[in-house]
Amino acid sequence: MIRLQDLTKKKYLLPGNAACPGCPLNMGLRYVGMAFEDKTVLVVPAGCTSVIQGLMPKTGINMPLLNIAFAASPAAAAGLATALALRGKDAIVVSWAGDGGSADIGFASLSGAAERNDNIIHIVADNEAYMNTGIQRSSLTPFGAWTTTTVKGKQEQKKDLPLIMWAHKVPYIATASVGYPIDFIEKLKKAQQIKGFKYIHLHAPCPVGWRFDPGMTVEVAKLAVQTGMWILFEAENGKIRISPTSRPYANKKNRTPLEEYLKLQGRFEKVTPEMIKKMYEEIDNNWRILLELEEITSKI
Amino acid sequence: MMVQTQKNIKVITGNYSVAEAARLARVKVVSAYPITPQTTIVEKLDEYIETGKMDAVMIRVESEHSALAAAYGAAAGGVRAFTATSSQGLLYMHEMVWWVANSRIPLVMAVGTRVLGPPWNIWDEHSDLLDQRDTGWLIAMAANNQEVLDMLIQMFRVTEDERVFLPGMVGLDAFILTHTSEPVDIPDQEIVDQFLPERKQPYIIEPGNPISMGNLPSTAVVHARLRYDMWKSMQNAKEVIRQTAREWEKLTGRFSGDLVECYRCENAKYFIVGMGAWTGDMKEAVDILRDNGYEVGLFRLRFVRPFPDEEVAKYLSNAKGVIVFDRAVSMGSGGPIFLDLGYRIRNVPVTDVIAGLGGEDVNFNMFSEVVKGLISEVEKEGEFKKLINFYIGGELQ
Ligand SMILES: Cc1ncc(C[n+]2csc(CCOP(=O)(O)OP(=O)(O)O)c2C)c(N)n1
Ligand code: SF4
Repeated sequence: MIRLQDLTKKKYLLPGNAACPGCPLNMGLRYVGMAFEDKTVLVVPAGCTSVIQGLMPKTGINMPLLNIAFAASPAAAAGLATALALRGKDAIVVSWAGDGGSADIGFASLSGAAERNDNIIHIVADNEAYMNTGIQRSSLTPFGAWTTTTVKGKQEQKKDLPLIMWAHKVPYIATASVGYPIDFIEKLKKAQQIKGFKYIHLHAPCPVGWRFDPGMTVEVAKLAVQTGMWILFEAENGKIRISPTSRPYANKKNRTPLEEYLKLQGRFEKVTPEMIKKMYEEIDNNWRILLELEEITSKI
Repeated sequence: MMVQTQKNIKVITGNYSVAEAARLARVKVVSAYPITPQTTIVEKLDEYIETGKMDAVMIRVESEHSALAAAYGAAAGGVRAFTATSSQGLLYMHEMVWWVANSRIPLVMAVGTRVLGPPWNIWDEHSDLLDQRDTGWLIAMAANNQEVLDMLIQMFRVTEDERVFLPGMVGLDAFILTHTSEPVDIPDQEIVDQFLPERKQPYIIEPGNPISMGNLPSTAVVHARLRYDMWKSMQNAKEVIRQTAREWEKLTGRFSGDLVECYRCENAKYFIVGMGAWTGDMKEAVDILRDNGYEVGLFRLRFVRPFPDEEVAKYLSNAKGVIVFDRAVSMGSGGPIFLDLGYRIRNVPVTDVIAGLGGEDVNFNMFSEVVKGLISEVEKEGEFKKLINFYIGGELQ
């Protein structure tokens, strides 16, 4: 078990960067720095993190960073990792992309890098919409959520990207949450030890896009896990294992009522009781699938 | 200094010439996606790497956008990287083409120039290559397979020169070069090693160097300055290209360079302007026309970016007439080379012939007939009748 006090005190995220107050990406980036320290190299496509860096010639992120076109971060990271390995550099190349840069426009590149088993870590900083362009839906926006392009609430489900990536048969898949930094950092550290393609899907509640108080980011993130909406798990060489933090919520009775999560967020203001019912069903389904998969894959 | 004393002639296609150049340049990362007519480049490089003939890594990407992104990532990480594409593939990576140039990262790409659809058409046109002309890449166009090799190797050196630090692409015509075998003199590895110094680049993204490449500019002026610097580097590239050709000649005994080749330009009054493989036919047309008493020369562009201003001024500014052959068209305006050239020779009668579209073959007889006809217009009227002509199915439109 990692203890926060044992981790570096070096600031990998500098004060005064351009993130909004309560930004979950700021938290995630800080944890990446704490986990990989000076070995970190970031590749960042278009999205909020393009802005968080602040204005050149300065930068608010104290890690080497290559900005890249929206669709291209896994491919660029693969090239960069290859070059650094050829030059004998001890680097951990992280492709750090949003839900759009991972699940939508960047999906072909992500799938390609995964299938090739390129030696990179792809982190999806999932704030469940295109925030940089002003809160438009993505394929990872959950059912019922308001965005500027789903004004009646999104009618479709959130795409199950972690399982899609699991189906790529890569050495390491994990989900994480900015609400549980130790769990996230442990997963990063585990990923660091593994050669090949690693995928970490970081749930990142965004106060601006989800319409909640910027002081509540961690609270909202934790509620996503406690309501069973967001399930923390890992898959090493295909073997799925629910993470200890999420384990209790396999049992419905331990889950916090979903309404607790929804009511903090303006984006769910207009959801109807029927929609909530559907959300509950979806949570149950997701758990059922994952528990079954855990059972099945334990035998492989 | 060691120089090449013996010839090593191999009869190879343009695509294999590309692969040889990448191998000799000791490219470390190749990333490419197959498309006709580029495919055999990727296959050959893959074979070289798999059989240990080339010490490099092949990243077998799922698209051209990723091909250039991966090559760019590798180049930003400090190694020589290479890709090749064509047509739809080049347009698919167009976003990355800009990205690489604005990053000032040296990188070399070969382009098998091909028509853009629809309809699907794999034959030769220059539309794909010339669509990249505003991107900030150096753009060269070879006329034969020897030049493919020489240009590519020289391109590595030019792009990695600190006066330039811009990426570069070399075009070769679909099938006419990519799949046609010609004798190519392949230099020894030691010769190329002498010619190509250790890779230089403006910065490297690597651990322990916490720079950010490409975040927002603090002001528009900062960004404008970067663009102006690119402009100046393009201008610098002209001299670097000329010097590099001289260095290559010293080592290989073969002059293969400069921004322009002027064929039979001595005391020429009329000039044909063109680029690429069909200039071979243009040369034959010039010979025929000369035999018939026409004072014609061929001004062959080897580079379109940077555009050869000095050579244009030297050869074309006092011409009686200039006839440009464009194998592409900027719809609603004119042929790309004509558009570049026109304002540089404002007092010279100049006309554009847009030809070879869709891969239509234009042979030396056709060139000489068209040129004869157009020259007679100037001889009679002092001017060409039209600014823009299309040559389709053997007729001027
Ligand atoms: C090719 C291309 N299309 C569209 C855009 C505009 N754009 C920039 S960021 C963005 C959305 C980013 O969303 P996401 O990946 O979820 O990251 P976030 O901003 O939420 O961090 C869009 C659509 C772009 N930069 N490039
Ligand atoms: S919009 Fe959300 S994710 Fe983007 S910078 Fe602001 S708080 Fe962070």
